[in-house]
Amino acid sequence: MSLDFLLEIGSEEIPHWMIPAALEQLSKMDLFGAKLRVDATPRRLVVRATGVPERTPDEVQVIKGPPLSAGDKAAAGFAKKQGVELSALAKVGEYYELRKEVPGRAVLDLLAETLPQTILGLQWPKTMFWTGGKTGPRFIRPIRWIVALLGEQVVPFEIAGVKSGSVTRGHRVLGSKNIPVTTANYESGLRKSFVILSSDERRKKIQVETAALNAKLDPELLETLTYITEYPTAIKGDFDPAYLDLPAEVLTEVMRHHQKYFSVEKTSGDLANHFVAVMNTSGDPDGLVKKGNERVLKARFNDAQFFWNADSQRALVDRVADLDRVTFHAKLGSYYFKTERVKALVAQLGGDADAQSAAWLCKADLTTEMVKEFTDLQGIVGGLYCKAQGEPEPVWRAVYEHYKPLSMDDSIPSTQGGQLVALADKLDTLQQCFRVGLMPTGSKDPFALRRAAQGVIKILAEAKLDYKLNDLADGTLREFLLERLKYYFREISGFKYDEVNAVLASGVGTIADAEARLTALAAVRPTENFEPLAASFKRIQNILKQADVRPGPMILPSLLEPGPEAELHTAFTQVRDRVKGESYQQALQGVASLRPAVDTFFDSVLVNAKDPAVRTNRLTLLHSLLTEFSTIADFSEIVTSNQPASHQLTPNQPVV
Amino acid sequence: MDSFQQTLFKLKRYWDERGAIIQEPYDVEVGAGTMCPETFLRVLGPKPYRVAYVQPSRRPADGRYGENPNRLYKHQQLQVILKPAPEDVLDQYLGSLEAIGIDLSKHDIKFEEDNWESPTLGAWGIGWQVMLDGMEITQFTYFQQCGGIDLDLVPAEITYGLERLTAFLQGVESVYDIEWTRNENGVVHYADVRLKDEQQFSVYNFEMANVDRLWRLLGEHEAECKELLAKYEESKEKERFPVLPTYDQVLKCSNLFNLLDARGAISVTERVGVIKRVRDLAVGTARIWVDQQNVVPIKREGCA
Repeated sequence: MSLDFLLEIGSEEIPHWMIPAALEQLSKMDLFGAKLRVDATPRRLVVRATGVPERTPDEVQVIKGPPLSAGDKAAAGFAKKQGVELSALAKVGEYYELRKEVPGRAVLDLLAETLPQTILGLQWPKTMFWTGGKTGPRFIRPIRWIVALLGEQVVPFEIAGVKSGSVTRGHRVLGSKNIPVTTANYESGLRKSFVILSSDERRKKIQVETAALNAKLDPELLETLTYITEYPTAIKGDFDPAYLDLPAEVLTEVMRHHQKYFSVEKTSGDLANHFVAVMNTSGDPDGLVKKGNERVLKARFNDAQFFWNADSQRALVDRVADLDRVTFHAKLGSYYFKTERVKALVAQLGGDADAQSAAWLCKADLTTEMVKEFTDLQGIVGGLYCKAQGEPEPVWRAVYEHYKPLSMDDSIPSTQGGQLVALADKLDTLQQCFRVGLMPTGSKDPFALRRAAQGVIKILAEAKLDYKLNDLADGTLREFLLERLKYYFREISGFKYDEVNAVLASGVGTIADAEARLTALAAVRPTENFEPLAASFKRIQNILKQADVRPGPMILPSLLEPGPEAELHTAFTQVRDRVKGESYQQALQGVASLRPAVDTFFDSVLVNAKDPAVRTNRLTLLHSLLTEFSTIADFSEIVTSNQPASHQLTPNQPVV
Repeated sequence: MDSFQQTLFKLKRYWDERGAIIQEPYDVEVGAGTMCPETFLRVLGPKPYRVAYVQPSRRPADGRYGENPNRLYKHQQLQVILKPAPEDVLDQYLGSLEAIGIDLSKHDIKFEEDNWESPTLGAWGIGWQVMLDGMEITQFTYFQQCGGIDLDLVPAEITYGLERLTAFLQGVESVYDIEWTRNENGVVHYADVRLKDEQQFSVYNFEMANVDRLWRLLGEHEAECKELLAKYEESKEKERFPVLPTYDQVLKCSNLFNLLDARGAISVTERVGVIKRVRDLAVGTARIWVDQQNVVPIKREGCA
């Protein structure tokens, strides 16, 4: 017989952003092959399954005993140890053997044993203890009730003094605190108590209701609200249109991040004087929630207005000097020094007067009340103040955008000045932190240096800036940037990892150049001759490595053996001359075209010729071949899957 | 409509009915109710404790000369400590809102993640900000560590922002318009009672406090505290050692730090160092408090 299963972990409100990852873990639970589904609200994590077996199947366990030759005494000892009569043993081949019937177990019992571990074994970003002190159980928030049912029976266990049972709780305010449930009526029982169990259904409800109120789409906010509510309901609120004089960035920041409201736009795309809030309750019959939210928003906007006016009393340029009181990092001094460095770096990178002005002004907004209140708006606020204070567009836009890109998905600054300031700011942070040993370790990266490095790479790559990585950084920072560059090429540009390694192994140069070489390599790689040739290049490299003589300064044609060797030389010089000045792709196609000549050479010419002069000349030929094209990519880094028979490596050469 | 003080009476009554000691504000300057010995020291150790008190909390840098409708140099918190936190602590908390006249079925209440940490106290906890119709009215924290010591009995700390809460209840837009009380002469507003503090302390904190003297005072209180901490170690009579006065010295240092900070007198390089100086004192005092409890079980004639 198969049974239905229900597990509900009743908790105090779990942070919304942690819920999906917890469900992901629960969905991997082993319920003896039964199909399961997971659901959650802020107060409950739920696993349901159908078709859970009542018992695990009986099994026959075969235990090998002593050899027959050991005699009866040994057999008796074995039987005793296994707790059976000697007669229960069988003789199979040369050995005694016990076939033991292991009866299956009730799944109810097994679950009672394993569920506490499953629940407490969930991984969370941060956990707490709430009973039994530091050694007590840990969870994301206190567990307050547990429903665990297999069929009609409670799976009995206890966690942190909470016994599993069959009683759930409804919505904190609107629902019952005591709802007896079965596996069949669980979801409907919750619904009657104002809990919508399915996150999909809550999400849909929010989507439909906010859309009906003209809310602007905001997927991230939608996700947050889906997991912060048990019974979401949208309402619309209004604010005084006079506040629309404040920058839209500030208004949106207040609505979205501080208040978790959706903004509303007019058809023109400008903000309208409305907002949409999502409550965790069924309605607002008296309009009290609307009124309350409007009041809070008004106070917030008032603050913003106050900050705007107060900040405007003093020009941004006059605030730069105040930065000596704003800490960049205890070991690295103030933002004033950072400002000086960033400005110098922008000048060094060839930034024009506007870019240098922007660099000088870009951190000054850290002294404003607006940024102290809305820290996420740093940079943006500076840009807005610059604009309001009459700075030309290249300056204010560069300040406005200089924190970009904030993530790999974010765009880079839109102007060249902005790109330079953003680049210099991030590079400076990296250089300074690396200088005093504040590199990220493992998962710890308190100064977001990976993001800064990723930003550097993204700007260099996407703005196609003409700086060489080696000129911008050295030592461990260069390696750090190189790692981010590899990541960028692999994950963002989608190149294969060995192609990335091959191109970067032959030197980095500018990122645009590396990208051009990668593009060419990726285009030529699928062609028939390329991978076999890459394998040959690897072989050449190994031969050169193991050779007891060094290649000479130049190939001596007189020493070339007529036939495959001379033909390879001819083919090589022809390709070399033909692709000179051509594109990377043409060059690589040219290299690939050498494959037949290389194959024939290896098939019929012994590199280790007896005559040392001939041998040296051969090595020189191979060396020239290898180095001539290695400025594009180090082909030995290419991982080739199946190599033709003629390219079988000799035993003393390492396998690819 | 209840006045400010009537709301306060109801909250105190509510927690009185749930077995809390109702304390009066601590008489040394603090930045938050958490810093009072009734919280900072009492949450340590294995002894259950329940207490509620209003704590005027001084944050010099938040002063706005009485001109901002929502920001105050000194605001008042109702601080509730339930050690250990009862199983139904959140329901009890929601009950307190009902007790001051909030019909929760007509409002939107949410618990949003907000963990708390105080570097100067070596303390942190896990919890939420409680949002009522989009407004933060309470900070709720399960303490995990205090003075660098893991807690045996995890307390719930409930901190109500009284000005915000009553402004909400009374439907006024500025805290200064809160009706504090009314009598035969009419309504007494929050501004009548507190505006002068806000104006004058803003002037003092931002413009006139003597920076050199503040530094000297900080040094003096720190020295006193350190001396006491050292004396505890040598003390042969630990049971009568003045741990509580030692802790007062920590509070003095913390307030002086806040004043210096508001004055813009703490430079970049000094800041982290000064915070550490105060934390070392707090951690040291927490340690000797726990030690004293262990050495000498607290007992008194006629008391359980």
